[in-house]
Amino acid sequence: MSTFAFELAYWQQTTIRLLAATIVALTLTAGAVYLYLFKFVSFMQSRLGPMEAGPFGSLQLVAEVGKWLQKEDITPDDADKRLFRLAPFLVLVSALVLFIVIPAGPNAYVANLGTGIFFVLAVSSISTIGVLIAGWSSSNKYALIGALRAAGQLIAYELPLILAVIGVVIQAGTLDMQGIVAAQANGEIFGISAIGNPFIFTQIVGLVIFLVAMQAELTQPPFDMPIAESEVVGGFMVEYTGVRFLMFFLSEFAAAIGFSAIASTLFLGGWALPASWGISNAAFHVIGPVVISTKVLLLTGIVFWVRFTFPRFREDQLQRIAWKFLIPAALVNIAVTAVFKVAF
Amino acid sequence: MTAISDRQKLSYIASQAADARVNLELETEGMTLNIGPQHPVTHGTLRIVAKLDGEQVVAAEPLAGYMHRGYEKLTEVRTYPQVTTLVNRIDWLGSFANEVPFILAAEQLMEVEAPERAQWIRTMLFEMSRIGHMIMFLGDMGVQLGGLTAIFYAFRDREFVLNQIEAVTGGRFHPNFDRIGGLKDDLPKGWIAETKAAMDKVRSFCDEMDDLVLGNEIFQERTRGIGVIPADIAMQYGLSGANIRSSGVDWDIRRDNNIGLAYPNLDWKVWTHPDGDSFARYWVRLQETREAANMVDQLCDGLPSGPIMAKVPRIIKVPEGEAYVATENPLGEMGYHVVSKGDLMPFRVKIRSASFNNVSIAPWLLRGVYVPDIVTIMASLYFILGDIDR
Repeated sequence: MSTFAFELAYWQQTTIRLLAATIVALTLTAGAVYLYLFKFVSFMQSRLGPMEAGPFGSLQLVAEVGKWLQKEDITPDDADKRLFRLAPFLVLVSALVLFIVIPAGPNAYVANLGTGIFFVLAVSSISTIGVLIAGWSSSNKYALIGALRAAGQLIAYELPLILAVIGVVIQAGTLDMQGIVAAQANGEIFGISAIGNPFIFTQIVGLVIFLVAMQAELTQPPFDMPIAESEVVGGFMVEYTGVRFLMFFLSEFAAAIGFSAIASTLFLGGWALPASWGISNAAFHVIGPVVISTKVLLLTGIVFWVRFTFPRFREDQLQRIAWKFLIPAALVNIAVTAVFKVAF
Repeated sequence: MTAISDRQKLSYIASQAADARVNLELETEGMTLNIGPQHPVTHGTLRIVAKLDGEQVVAAEPLAGYMHRGYEKLTEVRTYPQVTTLVNRIDWLGSFANEVPFILAAEQLMEVEAPERAQWIRTMLFEMSRIGHMIMFLGDMGVQLGGLTAIFYAFRDREFVLNQIEAVTGGRFHPNFDRIGGLKDDLPKGWIAETKAAMDKVRSFCDEMDDLVLGNEIFQERTRGIGVIPADIAMQYGLSGANIRSSGVDWDIRRDNNIGLAYPNLDWKVWTHPDGDSFARYWVRLQETREAANMVDQLCDGLPSGPIMAKVPRIIKVPEGEAYVATENPLGEMGYHVVSKGDLMPFRVKIRSASFNNVSIAPWLLRGVYVPDIVTIMASLYFILGDIDR
């Protein structure tokens, strides 16, 4: 901890890091919701979006949160009450936990686990349990259908997501997020090191598979059958109101930011700029977070762009894409990456 | 086509078998899902009771009547000119088109004919309400399948058409403009040019939908081969309008049984599609919207001069008799059987509305499909609740 002039105890450091990560995660989420869900989409759909709350409606989300907090928190009579109340927390936590290992600078992370990417993939599937609990405990047929769809979908798309990451791991030779960032910053493409070696070029197949699987993991259109509002009217969320609905809402978009951050770390070089540009390590304490936030917002933009352009698949079509196309493609990608890794 | 009907057959057999082996082995219990009366897919208050086996529909039945307003009975206590106010509200998206067949039936009984100019303007407004209606369908189908953007384009561009209808009639949704013997008013000044500009917007909207919805691979995946209606089944269930034309039946009242409208003077085409699936229904309606825009253009160009009202008495008494007149409304064949006893008010009016027949095929069509396909099929059949329940 040489960057600090003073020494902090471990628990103090961890507390500060956790607080900072939560604040950054929620701010980025709120920013993306305003920027994309409110404004970008409005321009896509030839309308203005929110204009009243704050300049250009920038405080709309604050107003919405205020509204949700005021609303009655209804628990249905037939619901399994404890589970019903627990489920949103599980989903929200699984989304926020993603941010623990994502580095935003040489020293800006909550925990630098040696198996960072493994941890991410492991905790991201906790949300499946939360969704299933929500659907089952609501004692609503629509919620049940939605939850079962969600479970099937999240399990099916976990696999291509993991397999897409393996290519990067092979190429970087490490599971450590910082190691992956360093590998991209210090790498070179055919001896040219001007832009380092962001894995978007060598792992473009992996990136595409990752983005598709990510869209499905987030249950965003075109993979939003679990919540499909024109079929199962909100799916597992159908019985939730007020603050618990807000938690589902937030966790959906926090997870979108989290997955975008992972994708930009794995494929776009993370917080680092190419080593050949000669930017000192100290400067990255400041510009690292800016660099990764920019990349994250770009990727989130793609998520929302797709979300509001395509209609949704049917459940069986979605499974077919996962098992018959994405997983074989990811396996081929892994094999090719391994061969090249050994050959060069 | 065969794949679907095979699946439907298999599912039917499976449901029979499931009934037969009750209590014989460890069987699973089906789930009854009430879709509606308050559900987005019904855009109104239709209730579909679906018996599900997992995600597959074993049997489904639409239950209408949640919005019954008794219009057939109400017409018996309204004078003939007052009836148009009621029938406006049957199919509320294509209101003007509801008035026309009733007025034509009354004119037939009274043996009056509207002047040529009135007929042309009637046809024009008729086609414009079809365009407004179909624009909503083209956008709505996108929403039902999860692509939210299309509906906003639909709302944006339908406004151009509604503005033109409002400029003539004073009402955006319920014009109440058609009179026995002609029309209430003539066109306002400058209307023709504005209408032609609006029709350009409609055509560019159609091109947009061609790209955004029809050309989308996911949309095609979701609609091709879903909800296939063979031509003979379509005729047995009495489907009409774009639903029967997309099953390959070349039948259009505007061409085949036209009464009192200016269609014979126009150069136009009846669009059909051989497939009979949800995709075909979208495709046919898209082509019909383009065709209708072209028809309005031709009507604007060739509009004859002259009076807009024939000579009718101030107090309208319709002589005794019966008449049935049907027109090709946006949703399909809409007809009024008017029985008169020579009174101020009709003795009996039977309304044949298109949606009622179009939706009646749902139990046959929904058997064996998956839950998401209920949405596709019901959206592509395209009904208006008021048109089912009246």
